[in-house]
Amino acid sequence: MIHKWLNDRATNILVPILAVFLGILVGAIIMLFIGQNPITGYWALLYGAFGDAYYFGEMLRMMTPLILAGLAVAFAFRTGLFNIGVEGQLIVGWFASVTVGVLIEAPMIIHLPLAILAGALAGALWGFIPGFLKARFYVHEVIVTIMLNYVALYVCNYLIRTYLLVPGERTDRISPTASLQSFFLQNLTDFSRLHYGFFIAIIACIVLWFILWKTTIGFELRAVGYNKHASHYAGMNVNRNIVLSMVISGAFAGVAGAMEGLGTFGYMSILSGFTGTGFDGIAVALLGANTSIGVFLAAGLFGALKIGAPNMQAAAGIPPELVDIVIALIIFFVASSYLIRIVINRLQKEEK
Amino acid sequence: MNNVIEMNNIRREFPGIVANDNITLQLRQGEIHALLGENGAGKSTLMNILFGLYQPTKGEIKVRGEIVNITDPNVANQLGIGMVHQHFMLVDNFTVAENIILGAEPKKGAKIDIKKAEKDVLELSEKYGLKVDPRAKIEDISVGMQQRVEIVKTLYRGAEILIFDEPTAALTPQEITELIQIMKALVKEGKSIILITHKLKEIMAVCDRCTVIRRGKGIGTVEVAESDPDSLAAMMVGREVNFTVEREEAKPKEPVLKVNDLVVQDVRKVPVVNGLNLEVKAGEILGIAGVDGNGQSEFIEAITGLRKIDSGKITLNDKDLTALKTRKITESGVAHIPQDRHKHGLVLDFSVAENIVLQTYYQKPYSKNKIMNFPAIFKKANELIEEYDVRTPSEHTQARALSGGNQQKAIIAREIDRSPDLLIAAQPTRGLDVGAIEFIHRKLIEERDKGRAVLLVSLELDEVLNVSDRIAVIYEGKIVAVVNPKETDEKELGLLMAGGKSKRVGEAQ
Repeated sequence: MIHKWLNDRATNILVPILAVFLGILVGAIIMLFIGQNPITGYWALLYGAFGDAYYFGEMLRMMTPLILAGLAVAFAFRTGLFNIGVEGQLIVGWFASVTVGVLIEAPMIIHLPLAILAGALAGALWGFIPGFLKARFYVHEVIVTIMLNYVALYVCNYLIRTYLLVPGERTDRISPTASLQSFFLQNLTDFSRLHYGFFIAIIACIVLWFILWKTTIGFELRAVGYNKHASHYAGMNVNRNIVLSMVISGAFAGVAGAMEGLGTFGYMSILSGFTGTGFDGIAVALLGANTSIGVFLAAGLFGALKIGAPNMQAAAGIPPELVDIVIALIIFFVASSYLIRIVINRLQKEEK
Repeated sequence: MNNVIEMNNIRREFPGIVANDNITLQLRQGEIHALLGENGAGKSTLMNILFGLYQPTKGEIKVRGEIVNITDPNVANQLGIGMVHQHFMLVDNFTVAENIILGAEPKKGAKIDIKKAEKDVLELSEKYGLKVDPRAKIEDISVGMQQRVEIVKTLYRGAEILIFDEPTAALTPQEITELIQIMKALVKEGKSIILITHKLKEIMAVCDRCTVIRRGKGIGTVEVAESDPDSLAAMMVGREVNFTVEREEAKPKEPVLKVNDLVVQDVRKVPVVNGLNLEVKAGEILGIAGVDGNGQSEFIEAITGLRKIDSGKITLNDKDLTALKTRKITESGVAHIPQDRHKHGLVLDFSVAENIVLQTYYQKPYSKNKIMNFPAIFKKANELIEEYDVRTPSEHTQARALSGGNQQKAIIAREIDRSPDLLIAAQPTRGLDVGAIEFIHRKLIEERDKGRAVLLVSLELDEVLNVSDRIAVIYEGKIVAVVNPKETDEKELGLLMAGGKSKRVGEAQ
């Protein structure tokens, strides 16, 4: 029995690794198909992500919101909820943090935490709505969160255009007292846009792990996620846990938005469409098996692929869209993990 | 006598397990042959091999003397093998005839010839004395009648060999008697029957021979006439079994649970518990007997706060529970062994330890200031695993990986360990083997002797009769009679459970 459990655990780790490998392999086949050399292509991609300090800094910068968005999806998923609304929660978080950053004046020790908190609260509110509707009226969270993404996008655009607009179709820059930008980190990475938010993302990983596995709240949330009926039987308030889960998930997403607003950009533009980071968060959580460490690693992979793509085009002449294909393939292989499990089982059997 | 089926030296392996090991079952023409074994002994695997769902790893199957290769259920059907499943496979809002012809519809051009279907069904029904009405809808007929529809379904497809999978599990005693007559009529007409069961009484009543399997191994085949329940049980379990539960007279004290005029409605606003009155005293086991679906589940859900109460009052030691939430009720001293252990009793993906603290995780010492104290949880879990003999590799093992009996032991350990004033046990032994049943009955009686009130709800009359100190009969949401188990028998209970009157009603109240 213990042997079997270990096997399960090994399989859980093996499946994502195999999925990544297969995704890259099929990507290589596609490169061959369009007449390019996959080795040159992937080498350029790798160089574009890790090759020098600037690329590496940019990769870590890219990872930051991906980690937080991935954690948001993973957290809701642990409670049996599918939060497609991370994108919208991220946008309102971005907007709220920038608004506080622009409009309020305070010393940094108050201003910066306040701005991040504003992002978290906005995201939490945006997560509360579908959570409440699900708990109270049994409205499916997937539909509500998808729709709220659009509401978030257009409401924030409207608010920026009406109240905060400066030339350049964006808000003013946030005050330096609310900024996460770090001269030290920029200097270290050849003036990439790497900012202190990366450490916030790491702390968030630990926070998620701690809440889920070390607190009574996490115990309840996981119980509800696995079996609502048994949780109800055990005297837990299932509805309250559904709302709470969406609120915490939304807060993670809101902080992801704050990282963009306070760290990477220092302002918020009128968005012509979704940022995509929230949706990438779904893929990150899926590949990371809804664990803190898994989300961190998956965000690293996707960050590297995205940052490395331009260099792949510049150095090897391969269109950067290929990276999107590889990401899609990886997700495809994770999603068809059932297939991979069958293959692994077959291989193990033959060894015996 | 001819063997219609010979399954010789069947072996079936699954990864890591041998489910069937050298089992031989030979079914003679025109006999009723019991397949006896505990849960998990490999009965289902063996029958699924015969029905074509699994292939044997080793061994041969002969049907009417010829070696056959049953690759899927269609082949089994063609060979005249039919299965009456434990969980009926019927479409609720179709008529009886429509259900029977499903998948083998008689056609007139492109249209289904429903007239012919109804005529065929009626003919079959009359031939075997089944009395089914081809035009009735499934949702309107009783469970016993639905089972007969399943029987006609196999006959309609030309079955000569019928496999009955635990057919009496959901039936009233009267329905069981009728089923036995039907089985005898079938055999008289030349059919052969395999009866899968773990109920020895039924085997004694109806079967000619009995094949026993234990832990996947074939133990042997005996003539029922030359055997007796004790020796069959010993073959099944591998040791002597004590059927009658040893215990002293109950010493009931003051009432712990009082239920007055309780009304509970279902989602359609139909009162499923309809003016129920009941008292359970400290130091007694009150058994509730009734046919499934007469409000037992809703009654228990109402006491435990899982379902809204429409009117009436429930008190525990004079404390009003009526408006309380589940957690408060649990804290007030109610423990509940739920009837569906997978749905309500356990979070299967949680470890055994996490399940042990499912209701108490927020209390000291299991957590402090909302931070879980896992060492304390593991310690408690280990204590209970030891004390209640829960067979698990460790407290970290997922509850899913445990056998049904051990899952139930874990639940019982958790519930009893809270030292409740009232212990509610809903079908606590459903689907468990003889050893586990013995253990659970002993635990219930121990709790009674400690002065707790025990409310036992069971669909198994034997269990209610054996374990209870008083029996309350529930019918259509009301307690229609309270009887003394020493002064009653299955016949009287069966009558009361079906809504009939008995002249002795109320004597024990």
